[in-house]
Amino acid sequence: MSTTTLDAPSATAPSPVTRTRVPHKSAIAVFVLPFGVLFSMFYLLPIGYAVWQSTRVVQREGTFGPPTEVFGGLTQYRNVLENDAFWESIGRVLLFGIVQVPIMLGLALLFALLLDSPLVRGRRFFRLAFFAPYAVPGVIAAIMWGFLYSPNLSPFRPLTAEINFLSADLVLWAIANVVTWVYVGYNMLIIYSSLLAIPAEVYEAARLDGASQFRIAWSIKIPLVMPAIILTAIFSIIGTLQLLAEPQVFRTFTSSVTSDFTPNLLVYTTASVPNPSLAAAFSVVLALATFILSFTFLKVTQRKAFQ
Amino acid sequence: MSTPVVPPTITAPPSARAATRARRTGTPASGPRESILSRTSAMLIMAVFTLYFLTPIWWLLVASTKSRGDLTTTNALWFSDIQLGENLAAVFGYQGGILVKWLGNSLAYAGGGALLATLLAGMCGYALAKYRFPGREVLFNVVLGGVLVPATALALPLFLIFSEVGATNTFWSVFLPSIVSPFGVYLTRIFAAASVPDELMEAARLDGSGEVRTYFTVSVRLMFPALVTVFLFQFVAIWNNFFLPLIMLRDSALFPVTLGLYNWNSVVNQVPELRLYVLVGALVSILPLIALFLLLQRFWRSGLGTGAIK
Repeated sequence: MSTTTLDAPSATAPSPVTRTRVPHKSAIAVFVLPFGVLFSMFYLLPIGYAVWQSTRVVQREGTFGPPTEVFGGLTQYRNVLENDAFWESIGRVLLFGIVQVPIMLGLALLFALLLDSPLVRGRRFFRLAFFAPYAVPGVIAAIMWGFLYSPNLSPFRPLTAEINFLSADLVLWAIANVVTWVYVGYNMLIIYSSLLAIPAEVYEAARLDGASQFRIAWSIKIPLVMPAIILTAIFSIIGTLQLLAEPQVFRTFTSSVTSDFTPNLLVYTTASVPNPSLAAAFSVVLALATFILSFTFLKVTQRKAFQ
Repeated sequence: MSTPVVPPTITAPPSARAATRARRTGTPASGPRESILSRTSAMLIMAVFTLYFLTPIWWLLVASTKSRGDLTTTNALWFSDIQLGENLAAVFGYQGGILVKWLGNSLAYAGGGALLATLLAGMCGYALAKYRFPGREVLFNVVLGGVLVPATALALPLFLIFSEVGATNTFWSVFLPSIVSPFGVYLTRIFAAASVPDELMEAARLDGSGEVRTYFTVSVRLMFPALVTVFLFQFVAIWNNFFLPLIMLRDSALFPVTLGLYNWNSVVNQVPELRLYVLVGALVSILPLIALFLLLQRFWRSGLGTGAIK
């Protein structure tokens, strides 16, 4: 972390304002407070509230007494641990992520490298064509692909009549295809723009020595854009665990997407029961899992990529 | 092999950009030429995936021009009897023109939300990069943690809080949470640290400009690419956001277009004409984003790489 931005100049030329210990105090307040207040209200407070709500349980006096919410300690977390549907949904999105994220990022990297190599003509066109699906919101993309998959509406009826992409066996991969379709171009652009930032001189020597494009890509370009790949990987991992819109839309096309298909669908279903305390406990566990997974990934890859 | 057609005159401009361009188009002098085989396979890969990425959008465009009967009976990837005008009129007139309202709502949530989010994140990121104050590192680390907490994980707790104060099913219940962008703070902090020189701020100080005024008149210009990127990121995130409106809103007059079309799509079996309307509506709803991307292309391309620098 670079804390040195102001160190150097202030050491040689001390700020004329010496009355207060922190110079420009009010300006800093003007800059930081608006975001800080809203961040506290709409990020920190909800997290705290979810934790608090997840410690509540509903009790009734006798069978017909009025329900009251009381403190229940970690009761809801025991319920989460014992909830098979929750762990199945976690397993499902993990399986999804293990397969889909490498495929998506592999394609994104391949396209970025091809766009950056002298092998491809018409870069501008391909860049826009591959990026275009990103302009389609997840819900709309899912509706479109829902039509394309359906056995009687699809333009590829010969194929969809043979293979039911919306069956219980295949629907997870049908969703994976929708997500891949939307996000490959976006990830490609992130990697591509960091490839563009590499100065040309870096490969000049390799090219003069007769290295092939493949060799240059493998030994020079990929290591240099590793930070960009890691960034896209982290966002993809977060996105995978939070999967909601696509499966929710597919529920209108097929019955093989159940109301507890992904963790977030289960949160939504549980909250509409309504059982806000259990739903809050699900949310907390899910957010923690996401945080730990992406943080661990960041740490592990940073060690590998930068040392 | 006579493929390289770049004239040697291109080496004349001294700018680094021209040198880069020469490398990218493969000037004859810059090393071994690529074999026809690798060129062909590269182009083949790009062509196949162009089909993959564009066919669904092409299909949507074609389907939106068809009558309800033609939709299932004619070749789905080519036009039959074009009646896009009639379809648009029918869709925009349906349920008293509610689609227009949804598009307007989406624009208000995403446009207004992203604008405010960019303003707030830019100021905070700038302060984190250019000033020293107690708690700076703590604040930055908390914000960085916020980047890793996905917005969807907050949807349910936000709903519980808003229902506590009786504010669910309002415009603000979707708008207010959208104007907080931790990622924007992260990005603008990195960018400000690299692009706003301390000397410039010092010069502005000597000229008698206040810190806030310096930010809005000088620093903002230097940070512009990052700010456009933050705006676009946030615009897309809000435009695509589904969980928060789904959980917050009951009144269809407040829906963003994604939630509205989702609702139409879920009653397609009861109201068959909606099938076509959903498709036309989908086409209409993706056009603003495509327009925005094309319009701001110059900016976001330079800003996108910033997040990965450190």
